[in-house]
Amino acid sequence: MTTLIEAPPTDADGLMPQKTTKSGGGLGKYILVRFLLIFPTILILVTLVFFLMRITGDPITAALGGRLPAEQLQQRIHDAGYDRPVLVQYFEYLGQVFTGNFGRTISDDRPVTEVLTTYGVATLELVINSLVIALLIGIPLGLVAAYRRDKWQDAVLRLFAILSYATPVFFTGLLFKLFFSTALGWFPVAGRANVSTELELQGLSAPTGIYWLDALRSGNFPAFGDVVSHSVLPALALGLITGGIFLRLVRTNVIGTLGKDYVEAGRSRGVSEYRLVTKHAYKPALIPVITVMGLQIALLLGGAVLTETTFEWKGLGLALASYLQARDFVAVQGIVVLLAVIVAVSNFIVDIVAALIDPRVRY
Amino acid sequence: MAKQSLIGRLPVISHLNKSVGLQRGMLITGLVLSGLFILTAIFGPLIAPYSFNQIGDANGNFPAQAAPGGTHLWGTTVGGYDVFSRVVWGAQTALEVIVVAVIMSIFIGVALGLLSGYLGGWLDRILVVVADAIYAFPTLLLAIVMSIVISRGQSSLWGGIFSAAISITVVFIPQYFRVIRAETIRLKAEPFVESAKVVGASNLRIMSRHIYKNATRTLPLIFTLNASEAIQTLAALGFLGFGIEPTSAAEWGFDLNKALADATAGIWWTGIFPGAAIALTVLGLTLVGESMNDLNDPRLRGRRRAGSAQKPGAQKGGPAVQAPQPAADAEARNQA
Repeated sequence: MTTLIEAPPTDADGLMPQKTTKSGGGLGKYILVRFLLIFPTILILVTLVFFLMRITGDPITAALGGRLPAEQLQQRIHDAGYDRPVLVQYFEYLGQVFTGNFGRTISDDRPVTEVLTTYGVATLELVINSLVIALLIGIPLGLVAAYRRDKWQDAVLRLFAILSYATPVFFTGLLFKLFFSTALGWFPVAGRANVSTELELQGLSAPTGIYWLDALRSGNFPAFGDVVSHSVLPALALGLITGGIFLRLVRTNVIGTLGKDYVEAGRSRGVSEYRLVTKHAYKPALIPVITVMGLQIALLLGGAVLTETTFEWKGLGLALASYLQARDFVAVQGIVVLLAVIVAVSNFIVDIVAALIDPRVRY
Repeated sequence: MAKQSLIGRLPVISHLNKSVGLQRGMLITGLVLSGLFILTAIFGPLIAPYSFNQIGDANGNFPAQAAPGGTHLWGTTVGGYDVFSRVVWGAQTALEVIVVAVIMSIFIGVALGLLSGYLGGWLDRILVVVADAIYAFPTLLLAIVMSIVISRGQSSLWGGIFSAAISITVVFIPQYFRVIRAETIRLKAEPFVESAKVVGASNLRIMSRHIYKNATRTLPLIFTLNASEAIQTLAALGFLGFGIEPTSAAEWGFDLNKALADATAGIWWTGIFPGAAIALTVLGLTLVGESMNDLNDPRLRGRRRAGSAQKPGAQKGGPAVQAPQPAADAEARNQA
């Protein structure tokens, strides 16, 4: 019955990225082409953000307009060079970004690069934590759903996956806070660690900025416990969304491989259905998960912005939100550009990994 | 092919007829939730006891942070707004944004996709690179940048709705563009396009008559998936403080942001209700989209078991009808 339907593997929802390279050739050439494609992508994004932000005026008027007398405002605009032609500013900005200089923030006059590195590690920590949780949730549950296809377990798990995707991360976060923090008192309401722990960890020599790593390295176990208890709710809230996506992906792919001829052959030899799922269909079905994992980086970063605001997690997202409130568009531009670069680079890495695993990708 | 009435061929209804068991349940749940959302949006002014920006009536100001019950069904917020009324009015705002956003992105995305795919050449290359770059950009960040550009963040009712809608549009155009372009390239090589060329049809006519109708088959599906994403983006913008001012319209994301501070104090009603409204609406739209997606894909579609072939629904054709479905559907539409 299952072999009756032989549909070609179509990209049903049409949302997967399409490879535009037509050149044949080996892996080296493929990697080179993919690598070179990063630069136009980043250039387009930087250009887009720069001009969009300038359409409405200069950043100084946006941040300080109405708070300073007109002459002083003019003076500051002139000092910062915002009264020159936009194209001149654009090329100057490109040159600066190329050398890693993003300018200084207007509202609190810090180098944007410093803002990026300080808050960037915090966001990195959150994203890593959530990715771990997403994998822990997604892969085992996806296997269960595929194994019990069309049974009640499958129905419950699929509903769970859709629900976890449908609920905005800030609402999940709010529910967690209400339930686990306020009502039960199990976890702290917000923040990355207690103030005393934070001071301890920042006082270390050469801190990585990833708190649990720093706490472990210095053998400070109370601090480690504190950091972990602060991490649980944000990581869970953000991880659930991606976990739901992984769950569905693993399920669909395992069901797909279960219909393949070699699995059918195993089934006809009397291999148990459980063994077919765990030994035969499981590994090939994980390849798309790796690809999608990279594509989820964009979603995770977007989600991180919201999660950080919900839990007052001092990362790029919270910084972005507060600079947005202050209308400090130099800082906003820097953060947005950094996030765009991260996404472009991680897409490149994913393409390479996918090509290494599956030679058919390189066409 | 069994004869189907015109109604039976409409996207959602044809899917409903095809579905069985669990999938049918999911589709129906989705349709009910989506229907509820749309009805609330349309009849909101009749349902809501107060206006979205009303903080008092003839008896004086509403109490702040009053618990649910009595005259305020779901309680009131810090500012004295009635939570129930704001949730109901919020549906209207959300629907307006979705409709404006999705219609705009379909128009622009489809037009660009057709042009790019059919004409090819340098225009195609540039558009593909730009669309790929925008597609790689985190949705929310792009929406934030757009809303800064359009309204500098603060806005009136229609200003806010349009700025949110345009921000969402920019994010979605690449998706429509990709799908339509890929379909157009595939269709360009089909014999019926060749024959239209031979007959002497102009490029415009070929694009608008022959390719357009075939390339837009998958749009209802993307539409539902995008509608749910549009709601999430709108709520996220509002949550970050980039939405519509509370005095000009009710917006769920904005209310959730304000509820964040209440959570620590154990005040649950200001956050739970708008949050649940977002989650249920997105859930409904996602369920509809997902089910349609699964039903379009024969590998994912649940099949009627041989034993249950006696069911009244199965008599139409039984399992054999399922396999050639997508192609058959396309043909049916071509002939229409």
